[in-house]
Amino acid sequence: MFENLSYLALQEYWWAIVSLLGSLLVFLLFVQGGQTLLYTLGKTENEVKVLANSLGRKWEFTFTTLVTFGGAAFASFPLFYATSFGGAYWVWMIILFAFIIQAVSYEYRSKASNWLGTKTYDTFLYINGLLATLLLGTAVATFFTGSDFLINNMNQSFWQSPFKGLELAFNFGRYATYINLSLGLGVFFLARVLALLYFMNNVDDKAILERARKKLIPNAGLFLVFFLFFLINILVISGFNYDPVTKIINMESFKYLHNLLDMPVVLILLLLGVVMVLWGIYRAAFAYDKCGRKAIWFSGGGVVLTVFALFLMAGFNHTAFYPSTYDLQSSLTIENASSSKYTLIAMSYVSLMVPFVVAYIWYAWKSLNNTPITQKEMEEDSHAY
Amino acid sequence: MEHFNLALVDWSRAQFALTALYHWIFVPITLGTSFIIAIMETIYVKTGDEMWKRITKFWMTLFGINFAIGVATGIILEFEFGTNWSNYSWFVGDIFGAPLAIEGIMAFFMESTFIAIMFFGWNKVSKGFHLTSSWLVAIGSNLSALWILVANAWMQNPIGMHFNPDTARNEMVDFWQILFSPTAVNKFLHVITSAYTYSALFVIGISAWYLLKKRDVTFFKRSMVVGATFGLIASLFMILTGDESARQVFRVQPMKFAAMEGFYYGETSAPLVAIGLFESVPNPQNPKAKEWAAKIEIPNMLSYMATLDPHAFVPGIHDLVHGNKEQGIVSYYDRITRGKTAIQALADYKVAKKANETNKANASLAVFKDNYKDFGYGYYDDPHNLIPNVPLTFYSFHTMVGLGFLFVLIFILTLIYVVKNKISNKKWLLYIALWSIPLGFLAQEAGWMVAEFGRQPWVVQDYMPTLTAVSNIDHTSVMITVLLFTITFTVLLIAEIKIMLKQITGFKDGGH
Repeated sequence: MFENLSYLALQEYWWAIVSLLGSLLVFLLFVQGGQTLLYTLGKTENEVKVLANSLGRKWEFTFTTLVTFGGAAFASFPLFYATSFGGAYWVWMIILFAFIIQAVSYEYRSKASNWLGTKTYDTFLYINGLLATLLLGTAVATFFTGSDFLINNMNQSFWQSPFKGLELAFNFGRYATYINLSLGLGVFFLARVLALLYFMNNVDDKAILERARKKLIPNAGLFLVFFLFFLINILVISGFNYDPVTKIINMESFKYLHNLLDMPVVLILLLLGVVMVLWGIYRAAFAYDKCGRKAIWFSGGGVVLTVFALFLMAGFNHTAFYPSTYDLQSSLTIENASSSKYTLIAMSYVSLMVPFVVAYIWYAWKSLNNTPITQKEMEEDSHAY
Repeated sequence: MEHFNLALVDWSRAQFALTALYHWIFVPITLGTSFIIAIMETIYVKTGDEMWKRITKFWMTLFGINFAIGVATGIILEFEFGTNWSNYSWFVGDIFGAPLAIEGIMAFFMESTFIAIMFFGWNKVSKGFHLTSSWLVAIGSNLSALWILVANAWMQNPIGMHFNPDTARNEMVDFWQILFSPTAVNKFLHVITSAYTYSALFVIGISAWYLLKKRDVTFFKRSMVVGATFGLIASLFMILTGDESARQVFRVQPMKFAAMEGFYYGETSAPLVAIGLFESVPNPQNPKAKEWAAKIEIPNMLSYMATLDPHAFVPGIHDLVHGNKEQGIVSYYDRITRGKTAIQALADYKVAKKANETNKANASLAVFKDNYKDFGYGYYDDPHNLIPNVPLTFYSFHTMVGLGFLFVLIFILTLIYVVKNKISNKKWLLYIALWSIPLGFLAQEAGWMVAEFGRQPWVVQDYMPTLTAVSNIDHTSVMITVLLFTITFTVLLIAEIKIMLKQITGFKDGGH
């Protein structure tokens, strides 16, 4: 089946899969967003416990999606994996550190004899929520703004900045930094918005829900400001185009705007996604009694479509998805960074399992979420976090 | 070698070793206890006896505590291939990346989805669905072990690939050969059965503590029966697969095999040093310096273990370094020369290709192909740098093997006495069972030291030395992250142990 596809078609297929995983990851970052709201929405110990447990039953999905995103990127675009992870060392290390401290926090936060104390683990959760969203967003923005690296003729990569990736978020003398940070902050506030919608769906506690509704508009407003700043900027900046025949990379004005116009399906996905995100927020804020509980599915679906479209904009239509601003010809494209045809074919067969995986996740999720979490349930559940 | 930043190599290795060491404290326990829990829950569902449900929940709590910190250390391992070993990630990413991705799609999602049902679904889903979830968690966690071990086995025995000079990397040509290579199959079976053994020791050790304290005796006798039965079966398989693993190592990594056995000079009808003590630490620059202070040998056993022929020739370290014409062994000196030829031919090919000099490119490519199987040796000048740390590998191997046999004995005795209902009177055995928990950990770490120190200096056997695999970063950055992770992991380890001990010692079965 996949053997009949061209090498380029397989590379596009795998870019679409990596993009889908990336977009699911951004949706699932609602867990991180929720972690930054534990003490904003929870005013008593029991309320915080309800919120932590609501998130604690989902955190592994986010974690696993991140790991699978990394694995899929490694398998399908190993030169990207080697260049980005080996180059932007400190950015990735900080992100990983944030996930290490998250992984133990739910399980240990309320266990007897927890040496570090519940507050410490909740602080770990806050740090994870802040850094993971901010830095993952910043890292993704470099797909459009570029980084300084060189690839030699043996395909070894050499990052040029001694700050090893930190310059992408903190070099304020460069305009690209503001674009990068705007996506980082946009993802941070988006994660909080999604978390608020998730709590509305998953928690049955009047006081918490009242606070969640109050926090929705301010967080949505900040998300929109940062996201629109990012989106407008990438639509007007020059992008990294490559010639499909010679593979030579050149700068093209309004490249990403051209990509949207050249790929109307992607444009529709982007617009549909944005509308769905806004619709979900609107319904939760102003028509909660009618369908506020379902708002997470509108906005969550919208996030998946929007981020998916952004990834496709970055990698399709002869665009370098991981551009080098140090040496243009070192920029990575889905053609020069990918695995061999054989590996992509083998991996494509494995990808046929994805619908099956999605189906059992949906079934398990539904089974656990039949009834929202309550404070009473926390008192009865011996394994509550 | 002078071109390489050896400090960076050392710190990168230290970081990976540190992460793997902490990861492997917790993960083997979860691999086995996931099955033990599923077995216990199956008994509960079959019998309807509520005590089995409480037993399941008790071990599930301990599983959860271990699982969390295993996940925390696991994420770092995957991403360190990129952050610290980026040249490796490109050189073999076409092959190595695939198992990691499959691990995520097939195993991690199964594990993370059903673990939520396992912990929180008791009152939300049917008994049957809950039991299925517990089994799926066990299967998912063991599947994740399969894929990462397939990847590791490929590094020890790289097959099913060819080198593409245009992309300067190895590319997969046969997925099934990689998945079902004898090294992969043996490694997987040996590692998981050893993990099951360690898990079973964990279960019988904690149960023994309760019996010593005369607390919840029936509850923990039942736990002990499941643990000891599971452990006995697992440990017997562990010994069988270990035996075959040794033969695999002999075939594909003869230097590692020689280091495991402290075997310097090859001979026919080679004896096995069952117990040995080096007189002094051998100097890798001059292997002749090694002598035994004491040893107990089994005649012909090494030849038999390596080849199933008690009179076969087994090469020693000296034969591999200096060659042995009689036995058809090419010396490391010659392999280094060939490796250098391959490296130069690849560089010449790249230059000729860029200049569109087709004939010259083809000639260089032909030279390269002739010498590629010794490619990695070309990065060295002195063949003695190709010898792993012999005492460390030898002692680790012998510790692992010795403890493995001891564990079988512990499981047999435990099972006999618990079935005869005399275990409470055998305090000596209960103390041994309790102290076998740290011994199990020691055996696990020793096993990994054999696997990973023994294969040095290779990250991919014969093709890629560790020193060429690192990322192009400054060693200070890595030094800082090593420090950061050491502190973090140690703090989390202390937290984990304190919580675990409290959960264990504070438990009282409320079902009476």
